[in-house]
Amino acid sequence: MSLTYLLLAVALLCAVSFYFGRQRAVALSNGRYSNLHSLPAHYGMYTALWCGLPALGLLLVWMMFEGTIIQTMIVADLPEEVTSNSGLLSLALNSISQIAAGGGEHLTVSPEIVEAGHRLANLNTIANAALIVVMVSVALVGLALSYRRISSEMRARNNVERLFRYIMIVCSAIAILSTVGIVFSLLFEALHFFGKVSPLDFLFGLEWSPQTAIRADQVASDGAFGAIPLFVGTLLITLIAMFVAVPVGLFSAIYMGEYASPKFRAVAKPALEILAGVPTVVYGFFAALTVAPFLRDNGAVLGLDVSSESALAAGLVMGVMIIPFVSSLSDDVMSQVPKSLRDGSYGLGATKSETIRHVIFPAALPGIVGAVLLAVSRAIGETMIVVMAAGLAANMTVNPLQAVTTVTVQIVTLLVGDQEFDSAKTLSAFALGLLLFLITLGLNVFALKVVQKYREKYD
Amino acid sequence: MTDMASLMEDRAAAKVISGNLHTPVDWDSPKLARNIKKRYAAERRFKIYGLSAIAIALLALVVLGYSIISKGYSAFFQTYVQMEIFFDPAKIDPDGTGDPAIIGRANFDGLIRDALSKQFPEVSGRSERRDLYDIVSGGASYDLRERVLENPSLIGQTRKVWLISGDDFDMLNKGYISANTDEGDRRLNDQEVGWYNTLVSQGSVEKQFHTRFFTNGDSREPELAGIWGAAVGSFYTLVVTLILSFPIGVLAAIYLEEFAPRNRFTTIVEVNINNLAAVPSIVFGLLGLEVYLNVMHLPRSAPVVGGLTLALMTLPTIIIASRAAIKAVPPSIRQAALGLGASPVQTVTHHVLPLAMPGILTGTIIGMAQALGETAPLLMIGMVAFIVDIPGGALDPATVLPVQIYLWADSPERAFVEKTSAAIMVLLGFLILMNGLAVYLRKKFERKW
Repeated sequence: MSLTYLLLAVALLCAVSFYFGRQRAVALSNGRYSNLHSLPAHYGMYTALWCGLPALGLLLVWMMFEGTIIQTMIVADLPEEVTSNSGLLSLALNSISQIAAGGGEHLTVSPEIVEAGHRLANLNTIANAALIVVMVSVALVGLALSYRRISSEMRARNNVERLFRYIMIVCSAIAILSTVGIVFSLLFEALHFFGKVSPLDFLFGLEWSPQTAIRADQVASDGAFGAIPLFVGTLLITLIAMFVAVPVGLFSAIYMGEYASPKFRAVAKPALEILAGVPTVVYGFFAALTVAPFLRDNGAVLGLDVSSESALAAGLVMGVMIIPFVSSLSDDVMSQVPKSLRDGSYGLGATKSETIRHVIFPAALPGIVGAVLLAVSRAIGETMIVVMAAGLAANMTVNPLQAVTTVTVQIVTLLVGDQEFDSAKTLSAFALGLLLFLITLGLNVFALKVVQKYREKYD
Repeated sequence: MTDMASLMEDRAAAKVISGNLHTPVDWDSPKLARNIKKRYAAERRFKIYGLSAIAIALLALVVLGYSIISKGYSAFFQTYVQMEIFFDPAKIDPDGTGDPAIIGRANFDGLIRDALSKQFPEVSGRSERRDLYDIVSGGASYDLRERVLENPSLIGQTRKVWLISGDDFDMLNKGYISANTDEGDRRLNDQEVGWYNTLVSQGSVEKQFHTRFFTNGDSREPELAGIWGAAVGSFYTLVVTLILSFPIGVLAAIYLEEFAPRNRFTTIVEVNINNLAAVPSIVFGLLGLEVYLNVMHLPRSAPVVGGLTLALMTLPTIIIASRAAIKAVPPSIRQAALGLGASPVQTVTHHVLPLAMPGILTGTIIGMAQALGETAPLLMIGMVAFIVDIPGGALDPATVLPVQIYLWADSPERAFVEKTSAAIMVLLGFLILMNGLAVYLRKKFERKW
């Protein structure tokens, strides 16, 4: 793979420059390192950084724009009737890249496309060769320039450390960058979507059936994009999950914190944490293949009509998944209640449970509410359990025995497989994603604020 | 509120009994004794609630584990059928050339079919024959070819050979298809069950350890499907994730903990890291789809894209763990280094970082374990494709273990249920290994200053 070799070559060049820079500094020192401003290794690092960093930066920029630029060049040469229709265009681009990759003999396409395919292959080869030449020369120029600047007075250490600092700042900024990336990528496609479907219909519509006609002459519904049924389904499953997770999580936190012997805790606590470490896809499989049939069969015995994709199955299993989350957060919160409150209660003759119920729990309530809100936000964003165990049809129901669908299920169904980026169907997934992101973000910010405020109260 | 009330009642009773503060409370009076009994009962009940909450959680864990293991352990064994194969020279190498190219092209399926027809000569008719040939898997002919290519002297001989069986036959042998149910309710008809019984009575059916499950890529045939392709895909994805998220995360943590001034930039970074840790994973998938695939035109289904996406997800975990580890290094170490003339960067790289490394590594391993189990974002960037080949690099199309589990869980064949459970067992095995390593590191290098 050429990229790997390229990176290896740059790494090798860096190592060579380190050696050269160090040698040069040693030579300049006349045998006494105290003649130098910095340690010889700093001079080596100085040259190595100036050799490697510009080359890597170039590679990054190149990789970001190479595909787009080449594609624009190819598209510019295609006939008008292909480029004007986005569906045809993506089809044509697909065949072109297949031909360029050396395949596509079975394709029946016009000679322009075949030619474009060969041109693409050609351009790719040129681009690769150019990248290698440009990168190596940038590295060498960096090496040469920094090598020449080395002198015994040069402040190599300060230079290297300043650079190190900049690199660290860039690394920290990546956290901001990814948030910005999330917001913009969701917003961009969501705005596309809102150009086709009015935001009001989306937010307050009561019907969700995203199947749109693929061809103009096809008989199909226009597609209804009302997100309310999805949110009803999401909330129903979340609610069921909370019915399991909050009491079980809270009581196990209380028992672990107040009653359990150290020995019991040493065993039970890690065991509970295993529940948090199990991948969600495993829970999904468990919900779909064990819990759902169990509920259906038992429901049939009781005369209840339980759907095999019932909200109950998904919600119960999701609740189990969230137990350790609730338990560890509320454990944190309750252990922060000052000892004086506890002692005061015991001093008045209250039993342990009376102290917990009437002193510790009310005092910790804001923190516990925060913890539950964080758990809710996690349940809303949970994907695999509902994808595997909940249904696809958007039923507006609060009956936990029926199948409902959720926001995340719809995002996955809309985007798995081939996508067309100009249909409302595909774009609606991004609008849902944006909504999901905003809701979970809002919940988190609010919950963290509550917890923070609570902490300050007892600090 | 009842026991608060009873506590009050206690007091009230005590007051009535004592009359004034100088006469002692009669704690043995029947009313107080009753009250205390009530309160102790409430205490016991409360304790039982707590205990049963833990019991419920542990029960869920046990049921989960039991259902996976009981469904999946049988996938590690596969039914094999013994057949008397005549390595017919006319079919394998008619001209007696011994040329591997010719032998490789021979119709080994035909040999197996001949053997099956010889065993059950009474079978006639197209669909019946098809049923008969389904006893042996389509993959068995590759085994025969390997065998003959390895040992060409077999040609012309008759040998008893163990052949891998088809999935329905395997399910019947493992008891997942019951011969006692109504014929219309099972995937095998009475005649096929009859063949099975005949073969069993001849001692020609056996379960052997299923090596293919660990060495093959995905397949539409359950008996030929394996997890190696997904495991390799997971490996490449995790390597990309680690290469990106570890240095970036550690550098960011060092900056925030050791160098960052208290200004608006730092605050924004910290708020962002906390929020990113709570963003649903599927949103990262949408980000990957839009940025890496639509804008940067990176290859679909490739581990590189998966790794890039997961790196963003793991970053907050690594940063938070690394910051905690760096913070735990006592300031005296820094002061000593600075006092001896080290620069701030030297202080960090020579002293703080090595001391914080065990904590950082523990956090990184836990982050990697999360990334290994992550499914949803990878569905978004096309790692759900059906891929038979073992990926040879980070740019080849690939899938990962959790996605493979998802794909198999969606497959209709009964035999995929046990494969899915077995794949889950393998995935959980890796996770236990990684978390065990993290715990070991923490225990071994934990230092109290």
